[in-house]
Amino acid sequence: MKAVVMEKLRREFGSLCALQGLDLSLEAGEVLGLLGHNGAGKSTAMKLILGVLAPTSGQVSVLGQNPRGHGAGRLRLQLGYLPENVSFYGNLTGREVLRYFARLKRVDARKVNQLLEQVGLEEAAGRRVRTYSKGMRQRLGLAQALLGHPRLLLLDEPTVGLDPMATRDVYATIDQLRGEGTAVILCSHVLPGVEKHVDRVAILGRGRLLAEGTMEELRQQAALPLTIHAHPAVADHDLRQRLDGRILSLEAGEDDDWVIQIRAEQKLPVMQELMKNSWLRDLSVETPTLETLYAHFDRQLNEGASHHV
Amino acid sequence: MYEALVVAGKEFRDGLRNRWVLAITLAFAVLAIALAWFGAAVSGEVGFTRVSTTIASLASLAVFLIPLIALMLAYDSIVGEDEQGTLLLLMTYPISRTALLGGKFMGHASILALSTFLGFGLAAAVIVMFDGDATVALLAGPFSLFIGSAILLGWAFLALAYLISVVAREKARAAGLALLVWFLFVLVYDLALLGLLVGTEGRVDDGLFRFLLLINPTDVFRLVNLTGFESVAEASGMLEVLARQQYSVVQLLSLMAGWVLIPLAIAAGLFRARRT
Repeated sequence: MKAVVMEKLRREFGSLCALQGLDLSLEAGEVLGLLGHNGAGKSTAMKLILGVLAPTSGQVSVLGQNPRGHGAGRLRLQLGYLPENVSFYGNLTGREVLRYFARLKRVDARKVNQLLEQVGLEEAAGRRVRTYSKGMRQRLGLAQALLGHPRLLLLDEPTVGLDPMATRDVYATIDQLRGEGTAVILCSHVLPGVEKHVDRVAILGRGRLLAEGTMEELRQQAALPLTIHAHPAVADHDLRQRLDGRILSLEAGEDDDWVIQIRAEQKLPVMQELMKNSWLRDLSVETPTLETLYAHFDRQLNEGASHHV
Repeated sequence: MYEALVVAGKEFRDGLRNRWVLAITLAFAVLAIALAWFGAAVSGEVGFTRVSTTIASLASLAVFLIPLIALMLAYDSIVGEDEQGTLLLLMTYPISRTALLGGKFMGHASILALSTFLGFGLAAAVIVMFDGDATVALLAGPFSLFIGSAILLGWAFLALAYLISVVAREKARAAGLALLVWFLFVLVYDLALLGLLVGTEGRVDDGLFRFLLLINPTDVFRLVNLTGFESVAEASGMLEVLARQQYSVVQLLSLMAGWVLIPLAIAAGLFRARRT
């Protein structure tokens, strides 16, 4: 059974169309990165999946059920959600806050201490949330989302405000949950670091799905050039001539190297040609990162929009 | 119901932690004891006065104070959760909007009830201990009625606070609305009624006037606590119109209960219809 299926999902707010016909699905044990600029429709999509909002038209099914149907109460026991901005109850301690949410989700109180330990809050559990830093609140939010071992986890900017160590812990938790069959939707602006932990990426823009697939598929779809760095940048006047027709550009880089842009299919021929040079000390290939892919699809959207105007 | 009780328990704990319970209890106890002690100062003596006088002065004070405390306690109950981000989170939990609102109300209602009972109860105990003439038998009736109706008055304004907090989209605006409600119900309404009486030289339809008095919970509260004592009723001016009608205490108390239930039901209805 699929964790989430969205079909022609549409949501309007008055005259504003926040989501215009989204088709997207997610398997159990799959991690989906949901990317997009502010107002792209990420939060609306999440709220529709959580059943907080009703779609204007189209369908959404979560773990095979309608998130706003009769069984929604039981369905919600199996969902975990970390909102983007949540400050919790300042006068209660971290443990009290987590216990409150655990009771509402009918989770054994003993799990609370275990989760506090898991997110690294056991020391601060007895302190009032008012005194917590942004990162500590974020950890508390994550602990809350993990209550009751959810089968679907929605995380909105889970690593904002976290230091690198804590960020690593979050991703380790996500990897572990994925292994246990939990489906995860990860909304994030922090692009570097996300790509290793997502199975698939969906890029939203102005309420539409711009691109969707594995990182490899997106790279092919975008057909962005690869960059080869050849070190050192010795004066070799023939180099351009020898590589001609197989490269897009060649220029001297800042780090005493040649920066060569090529199409993906020319990677091996160009590298073989470069290896023939006796001056070559080092060679590295840079594939487009999620960041450049995102920028590419975002630019496409903006160019598309400006054509219409 | 289970979820509502969990929310109520958390809200109550929050009230204890905020020292709301302590503050309200102390305020009520000190005021009640002071009024009982100095109530006779106008007649030139200091010492505990007659129970009826004490209750009457307590009622006129409580009518200002209790609505204000109730509104302050709960004006941000829903809009505050919204601004904290916890409302959106709770909406993804297996709890209905009605259970959330009802649970929070139960929590606030028990905070208010407990501190009203403790505060005025403490005052009654002090009066019994230090005033030779006062006995438990003499005080129990009037004080129970006073405490009971004071709790209902608090709950009525708590319900209005919930209505405000569902309607307002910002905490600051909710605070402003709460003050406005207090001002209208507690101060302006009676002045306007008085103005009506004076302006028309008393030629207002008796039925209409009685109706106007009975649709304000603060006036109903005064009525409950004044009509119980003949001597006080005679001295309470405007309310004399009604005192002569002799409404039963049960009728008046159910009227106040209506003031609790109706705004709360409207608040729950609006909350359910809200988009977020």
